[in-house]
Amino acid sequence: MADLSCKIGGVSAPNPFWLASAPPTDKEYNVHRAFRAGWGGVVWKTLGEDPPVVNVTSRYGAVHHQGQRLAGFNNIELITDRPLDINLREIKQVKRDWPDRAMIVSLMVPCEEEPWRRILAAVEDTNADGVELNFGCPHGMSERGMGSAVGQVPEYIEMVTRWCKSHTNMPVFVKLTPNVTNILGPAHAAVTGGADAVSLINTINSITNVNLDAMAPEPMVNGKGAHGGYCGPAVKPIALAMVAEIARDAECRNIPISGIGGISNWRDAAEFIALGAGSVQICTAAMHYGFRIVDDMIEGLSNWMDSKGYRTLADFRGAASRNYVDWGALDINYELIASIDQQACIKCGLCHIACEDTSHQAIAATRSNGDRRYEVIDEECVGCNLCMHVCPVDGCITMQPVDNGKPYTVWGDDPRNPANMQD
Amino acid sequence: MTQQTDPTDNGPNPTQTAPDITAGRLGTADYAANFDDAKPPLGHRRALVEAARCHFCYDAPCIEACPTAIDIPAFIAKIASDNLKGSALEILNANIFGGMCARVCPTEILCEQACVRTAQDGKPVKIGLLQRHATDWLFDAGIRPFERAPASGKTVAIVGAGPAGLSCAHRLAMLGHNVVVYEAREKSGGLNEYGIAAYKVPDGFAQRELDFILSIGGIEIRHNQRLGHDVTLTKLRHQYDAVFLGIGLAGGRGLDTQGNGLGGVHAAVDYIAELRQSKDLAKLPVGRNVVVIGGGNTAIDIAIQSKRLGAEIVTLVYRRGAEQMSATGHEQEFAQVNGVTIIHWAQPAAIAGKDGHVRSISFERTTLTPDGRLDGTGEHFALPVDVVFTAIGQLFMTEPIAADDAASSLVIRDGAIAVDDERQTSLPDVFAGGDCISGVDLTVQAVEDGKQAAIAIDRRLRGQV
Repeated sequence: MADLSCKIGGVSAPNPFWLASAPPTDKEYNVHRAFRAGWGGVVWKTLGEDPPVVNVTSRYGAVHHQGQRLAGFNNIELITDRPLDINLREIKQVKRDWPDRAMIVSLMVPCEEEPWRRILAAVEDTNADGVELNFGCPHGMSERGMGSAVGQVPEYIEMVTRWCKSHTNMPVFVKLTPNVTNILGPAHAAVTGGADAVSLINTINSITNVNLDAMAPEPMVNGKGAHGGYCGPAVKPIALAMVAEIARDAECRNIPISGIGGISNWRDAAEFIALGAGSVQICTAAMHYGFRIVDDMIEGLSNWMDSKGYRTLADFRGAASRNYVDWGALDINYELIASIDQQACIKCGLCHIACEDTSHQAIAATRSNGDRRYEVIDEECVGCNLCMHVCPVDGCITMQPVDNGKPYTVWGDDPRNPANMQD
Repeated sequence: MTQQTDPTDNGPNPTQTAPDITAGRLGTADYAANFDDAKPPLGHRRALVEAARCHFCYDAPCIEACPTAIDIPAFIAKIASDNLKGSALEILNANIFGGMCARVCPTEILCEQACVRTAQDGKPVKIGLLQRHATDWLFDAGIRPFERAPASGKTVAIVGAGPAGLSCAHRLAMLGHNVVVYEAREKSGGLNEYGIAAYKVPDGFAQRELDFILSIGGIEIRHNQRLGHDVTLTKLRHQYDAVFLGIGLAGGRGLDTQGNGLGGVHAAVDYIAELRQSKDLAKLPVGRNVVVIGGGNTAIDIAIQSKRLGAEIVTLVYRRGAEQMSATGHEQEFAQVNGVTIIHWAQPAAIAGKDGHVRSISFERTTLTPDGRLDGTGEHFALPVDVVFTAIGQLFMTEPIAADDAASSLVIRDGAIAVDDERQTSLPDVFAGGDCISGVDLTVQAVEDGKQAAIAIDRRLRGQV
């Protein structure tokens, strides 16, 4: 059995599956249940200054895709709406009851040094393992100059991070907002400010859908809707790209990463870790199915690591990162063409119509003794993968490498590149 | 074969002297349950789940397998997008009896057999139920979507208010023509009203659909008008701009076994018609021991309905094997689930009765000779019986037209009215469709015949041919 323990930014946990700062980590009751289910750590729902915020109803919007519920999820909930001292007391108690689990406390106070100093001191008293600075929430708190309003300004990130590092010995995680044009700006600021780790991504600014009867965005609050934070399986590709970008960036100096964004199972987690994450944080999947999902996450990751011969997370952490390159480093001479397994084909015609209408007219629709037959026209196929992706039968369409005898060549060296052409 | 007057030889229940035929074998609630929807509709959520299984195939095999060529992926996609009106119209534009066909089509040998999900998962998309979902929605919403084109001034006579005739009538009305339908029975609908098993069309669906179809306007139906009796083809041709014959198969094939003149031996179609018209099923007499002879859907329908009316033992006997039955495997299975015993490879040999009523029926086991001919094995068995239903096929009756001068040039071929691809008969202004022409005897085919004939008639009336 593989060793799933992790240590990132000075925080240790028996496994990399942590619950992200969100409603599931708002109370002692929930966190007890989570730890009993096996979660390796939690980031307690964001604490702020008293008096606590007041939340609205309703709070969640969702994107259901073709019968699959919660393909995407959004919320307009603010930080914890419970008094600070109750949260602190509960955090202290939970940490005492579960000493081996990672207990990180998410924080969000106004962008002034004193409130940060004050709240850090209060948190230190709980014996929590670290803090996470919430510079991410795109809704509500950002209108009060907090959350993503800070996270979108690298100078603020650096300043607040520096304050925190100077006022506490606890490890400081900086949670980054994806609502920026280049994630490296905020990441560099966190590194420069002295952060021990970064957590990303926070939620993406969003309107999940519009109620066409009420003519208002969902979720609706008495006929009106506000933009919220988007998460769930739909955001995973965006999160992976941002994690990968930081993991390979020299200026980020291998800062530990806690990966977040649409992680629903062990495979998603393995992908984040392969791109450089040291732990992962989960919320939507738990809110959809309950804490029991961690059982399969632990077991599945462990079984997969055993099958690959990885003993520890470090054995494969960042393994895919070295293969994450710029487009300009791809082999321009590599060739694939589609191949259809006629035995497996169910004659749905989707490969044909996708290629015919929207791509390269490289799949012929023919009839053989009255039966439909779809055939790749090799000379027209550019190897784009579209047919393989639309085919509803796994393994029916595969992409076959063409042995063209050409060497690995990047665009910069290619004779077709105008920069390489001689007049 | 001989008629045996003494039943004691093969009457296994000689102690009973009178046939056991009685009404009201069941409680009131049983009748309601037994004749409610055999295949309940999909709810909204299940419809969405089922619709999501459709791959939205291009050049979809299911469309090709539908005699009316409904664009099935399109109507399913419209269910998935909650465009139920568009979905229903996609169906009804191709098949005005889309609601009935959703209930009675043997989808397992049509669209659902062709569904690529059958090849992929061994489980097709439930196309029939989805079609019902969309059309039910439109009917329940009370939407009357069809409008008539500007009046052409032409009037077409249609004989037979069954699926073929009414499909033709509706399309002609849409195209701007007036239609007069001559119907021999008291009510319109043909087999939809008199022939389909009751549990497939509960809650008066056939008449609701009829009202929907007629609501387009321009269609007049004259009931109790029998061709060759109250009206003649010659006269119709003289009086109208074109004629469509959708007269079905008026004759039932009978047993050539002696003894079927006895009481208690009925044509299945007659009893089904009586059942369908019955206002109170508790008053409909049913035998305790029922034997059905035949291998088609009518045989299955009468067997199941007898069982559901309270018959104790229902035995369906067919002279060949399960594979050769024209009832689909699905229908056969449904009969068995309903407690019907199916005996294959046996043909009726003799019917025995007492006091003028059937009491027992004997069969001879059959086999195929090496050259593929059906032959008796000489081995016999007998079944005690109170009622025998024959369901061994319907025949086209030439009398209604044979009695008529004009009909002399109407070509009849292989026991059906001969037509070309456009359903035009040998008389240029006379078209025909449904069971009275050759081809598969399905409601959906009759609907297509009527539709195609209407399109051809329209072209002819507009002088385009």
